[in-house]
Amino acid sequence: MLGILALQGAFEEHEKMLRALGCQTVLIRKKNDIPQNLTGLVLVGGESTTQRKLLCELDMLEILKERINSGVPVLATCAGLILLAKEITGGEQTCFGFLPVRVCRNAYGRQLGSFSAVGDIGSIKNFPMRFIRAPYIERTLADDKEVEILNVTDGRITAVRYKNILAMSFHPELTDDTRIHNLFVDMTKIYSRKL
Amino acid sequence: MNNDRYQLNKELAQMLKGGVIMDVTTPEQAVIAQQAGACAVMALERIPADIRAAGGVSRMSDPAMIKGIQKAVSIPVMAKCRIGHFAEAQILQAIEIDYIDESEVLTPADDIYHIDKTRFDVPFVCGARDLGEALRRIAEGASMIRTKGEPGTGDIVQAVRHMRKIQSEISTLAAKREDELFEAAKQLQVPLDLVRYVHENKKLPVVNFAAGGVATPADAALMMQLGAEGVFVGSGIFKSGDPAKRAAAIVKAVTNYNDPEMLASLSENLGEAMVGINEKEIEIIMEERGKC
Repeated sequence: MLGILALQGAFEEHEKMLRALGCQTVLIRKKNDIPQNLTGLVLVGGESTTQRKLLCELDMLEILKERINSGVPVLATCAGLILLAKEITGGEQTCFGFLPVRVCRNAYGRQLGSFSAVGDIGSIKNFPMRFIRAPYIERTLADDKEVEILNVTDGRITAVRYKNILAMSFHPELTDDTRIHNLFVDMTKIYSRKL
Repeated sequence: MNNDRYQLNKELAQMLKGGVIMDVTTPEQAVIAQQAGACAVMALERIPADIRAAGGVSRMSDPAMIKGIQKAVSIPVMAKCRIGHFAEAQILQAIEIDYIDESEVLTPADDIYHIDKTRFDVPFVCGARDLGEALRRIAEGASMIRTKGEPGTGDIVQAVRHMRKIQSEISTLAAKREDELFEAAKQLQVPLDLVRYVHENKKLPVVNFAAGGVATPADAALMMQLGAEGVFVGSGIFKSGDPAKRAAAIVKAVTNYNDPEMLASLSENLGEAMVGINEKEIEIIMEERGKC
């Protein structure tokens, strides 16, 4: 069962895409929604300050942190990347603190700085990238073997893979291209088989 | 505005879904709103309840005041311009506002024409009371819609009326035969392609929030259950007894709008709600503004 964090933001878009790929999904709005048989977790785009606050106040942070630490595959987009990061530029409070990268929030400025681009995400060629008030990864905090850089756009790191994490600053759920979600679904299948 | 820019602007609204956008008048209030979990703030000099009390002409806020709020928070900052006042909108675009609300809360500058929003790069949200109004605003370039409700009253009845009307008109349109859509477009006074979109997708082509009169977590939950994708709260927060607590409760109510037990605990001990004015008691009907 794939869980989609549905506290705030673009969770319906991820749900729609994963269901189209034949996955069973559940929207996680509170502690009791977290399924025992969680085999994948999506951290969605939206406002990271809002989501972080709700994760804490609805008492979900520790439980999800445990699941992430135990190896449950995670797909994190935009705000999700910020929630996972170990460091945030400007010293802002981190959330899961799992992904060894330093992210810069609203790194391209305000909405007028939002843009689209096309680029390769690892072995996925010509992927349409939507950057909405997006963050980017300023630098990785581990060596390149641990944190695999999947995309660099205009000199900025925008997508990485690390252990069970697939994280990016753009929004594959806003496109019709399912290749990144397919990759994530493959990760969750491999994880399920190991259980 | 090119197509991709319009698409990016619609997508920003998608990122706001399931969230609460709060009216704030100072950087301090903006910080309280952000800490309470607001997904964006609306910067304005006076909240609707005070605009109502003060009367006179209400205009776009001082850009210096808006910039102060932009500096104080990391979440998106929106601001209002008067209906039809494209020069105010140009000024808001020049200070890189994240969203412009062409709003009936301010005194309209034009009683016939809305702003041609396709000429701007920044996104616009507009109020609507029915499907025709919503689609006309979208045709003009709005990338987000909200119900008009009746701002500054703390009375939810108009927001409910507008949301129900929009949803029921969408259902009616979706049930029509394709050869009936030409006439539907004529009746609604909107472009055929937008009518076709709603017919096919059973929803507006942009995100639709509730606004106007939301004062309690229960109000927010009501609007979400009626089909709102998020909520604007204007006077309801900073006109209440304990703004920080009420704001945080409304944020949680929007996330868990279908959980009555959680709503019950959220609604406890929030202090005084804004006093509110009944729709029969008010002199200025803001929802009537910009109805063409």
